[in-house]
Amino acid sequence: MTGIAAITMPKWGLTMTEGKILGWLKEPGAAIGPGDELLEIETSKITNVMEAGESGVLRRIVAAEGATLPVGALIAVVAPADVPESEIDAFVAGFEIAAPAEDEAAAGAAPAPREIQAGGRRLRVLELGEGGTPVVLIHGFGADLNTWMFTQPVLAERRRTIAFDLPGHGGSDKALAGADAGAFAAVVGDLFDALGLERACLVGHSLGGAVALAFARARPQRVAGLVLIAAAGLGPEIDGAFIDGFVAAQRRREAQEVLRRLVHDPQLVSRAMVEDVLRYKRLDGVGPALEAIAAAWFPGGRQAVALDPAGLAMPVLLIWGREDRIVPAAHAEALAGRLPVAILDGAGHLPHMEKSGEVNRLLARFLDGAPPPSQ
Amino acid sequence: MPQKSIRQALNEALAQEMRRDPRIVVIGEDVSGGAGTEGQRDAYGGVLGVTKGLIGEFGEARVIDTPITESAIMGAAAGAAVTGLRPVAELMFSDFLGVCFDQIFNQAAKFRYMFGGKAKTPLVIRTMIGAGRSAAAQHSQSPYHIFTSVPGLKCVVPSNAYDAKGLLIQAIRDDDPVVFCEHKLMYDLRAEVPDEPYAIPFGEANIVRDGDDVTVVALARMVHYAGEAAEALEKDGIEIDLIDPRTTSPLDEDTILESVERTGRLVIVDEATPRCSVATDIAALVADKAFAALKAPIRRVTAPHTPVPFAPGLEKLYIPSPEKIAAAVREVYGYAR
Repeated sequence: MTGIAAITMPKWGLTMTEGKILGWLKEPGAAIGPGDELLEIETSKITNVMEAGESGVLRRIVAAEGATLPVGALIAVVAPADVPESEIDAFVAGFEIAAPAEDEAAAGAAPAPREIQAGGRRLRVLELGEGGTPVVLIHGFGADLNTWMFTQPVLAERRRTIAFDLPGHGGSDKALAGADAGAFAAVVGDLFDALGLERACLVGHSLGGAVALAFARARPQRVAGLVLIAAAGLGPEIDGAFIDGFVAAQRRREAQEVLRRLVHDPQLVSRAMVEDVLRYKRLDGVGPALEAIAAAWFPGGRQAVALDPAGLAMPVLLIWGREDRIVPAAHAEALAGRLPVAILDGAGHLPHMEKSGEVNRLLARFLDGAPPPSQ
Repeated sequence: MPQKSIRQALNEALAQEMRRDPRIVVIGEDVSGGAGTEGQRDAYGGVLGVTKGLIGEFGEARVIDTPITESAIMGAAAGAAVTGLRPVAELMFSDFLGVCFDQIFNQAAKFRYMFGGKAKTPLVIRTMIGAGRSAAAQHSQSPYHIFTSVPGLKCVVPSNAYDAKGLLIQAIRDDDPVVFCEHKLMYDLRAEVPDEPYAIPFGEANIVRDGDDVTVVALARMVHYAGEAAEALEKDGIEIDLIDPRTTSPLDEDTILESVERTGRLVIVDEATPRCSVATDIAALVADKAFAALKAPIRRVTAPHTPVPFAPGLEKLYIPSPEKIAAAVREVYGYAR
């Protein structure tokens, strides 16, 4: 049965145990290649498109639309066109789900976030992978390290990756020593020191992008490369209604309406994603922290922090969603003459979740030192 | 995130709030946790184990053991609340509400109104509900509908450890009297509970499962039975929208009505007796405000209108079961005019 390959339910993020097939984007018999969009899968967090990993013919769709299957379950079979149907049948019949959870338990090393002390405060950190130049991932306003659920596992296949929660966010201390860009850049320095990082690449999203940029400007010798995804700090415009609505939202419906502004396709925002945001917002100290950050960064519905990403010694890449309603893609377009810029169609303010395959390819090229694709 | 039982979640909520605010006191029978136990002051953490460790950390002035007299507990707590403390009083079995109902119903619930809005009564009454232990008719009831029916009282009926902690913290921070109902068979039920304090707003239902076929509203232990029914129904292609109101007063009417407007079918599951109950109240709400959306009669799955039997076999029949819930869902799903 050479050349027959299984497509299985992916594991996106640490908490994913099963996924639901929302719809197939390819028909049986279609020729597919790496990066082709195969199907949409709904997890408990968000809906994402699964891409093909290898070339072949989509010979058999095993999991129909609407089916909910555990991680690792067979959902389709890819094989060359000349493999007889009987061999496909035998492959499907003989398929067994690998049990990654048990393997990890046996190894005693299921990846999980941990808490560290950095600069006198508690930070929640998730480290995955090893080797290479480390990559530090910095989330945006009101988010946490789980924003990198589609990004970090892929980057970690070839290098050490570190995602963490900024103060006031996720599982880190909610009290802020300061709410401005300098205070958050200092936190990144504390994280580097606590983890013994001499030099790393920074990937920052939204407010986290501005934090990464502020750190790169203050400590350029410690930053090997800088990726800014839908970053704050590059222009005055911001969706003030989003910021105010996010800070104010206490109820499911309010939170859902606000979160839908983040994405190109509002259907991506699942109820569980809304619930996660509400659970975070209910924690003592989060309200005052978000209010302080919003006041320091986005007073009156404008961005108060302005940072220049040009003229830095390290390579820089900007990634944006063309449909971003929170921070307009024009901020990146204005820099296109001076810096490499990738603007992705069909993505809003969360391109690393909405177009995770494309963003992961851009990140891999950048981190490997390859020149960015021409626009 | 750490897994904690409802007992641990409640204990953590009490301890964290008592650390935050010195006005918070705990009062009730044996809340110091084993008074009289030789050589040990905190052997049990109260009869429910919920107050364990509090006497050691906060002392006798804030963890107050009382005689066996519910009227005195509730009277003292209501008076303390209206004069500046924030008591968490324990009514061990909600079945005993009869002997202290004046203090709850006609005093604590009325203070704010009678004093022209100038009085606050930040009182929490923690109390046990639920059948299933063969504790017989006087220790097994679920009378939250009685508390729900009283203007001036708020009523909380949590179904899991995450909600239990956040709702108890909200109850303690609330300036009105709140009755907090704990199901006696659920104390060991575990869920992910953050270590940090958090408050869940009242009047916000939890959507436990999404489905477009039938709306199921369930409370406390019945949320889990409805979840079991949902698993069985899903195999037959019937998807239920499972709603846990979490608080019966205030009640999140919008979430229920929006769901019924989508599904057109409603089953309500309530361990309490059916006359003048929360299930009946929600049925009336939907008949009143979403009649045009209904495609089938509303079905209530409740205990019968009888005392809770002592005999285990009878008690099992008394409590709504996943099978009865699934049958009711199938009935409204298959209903044709």
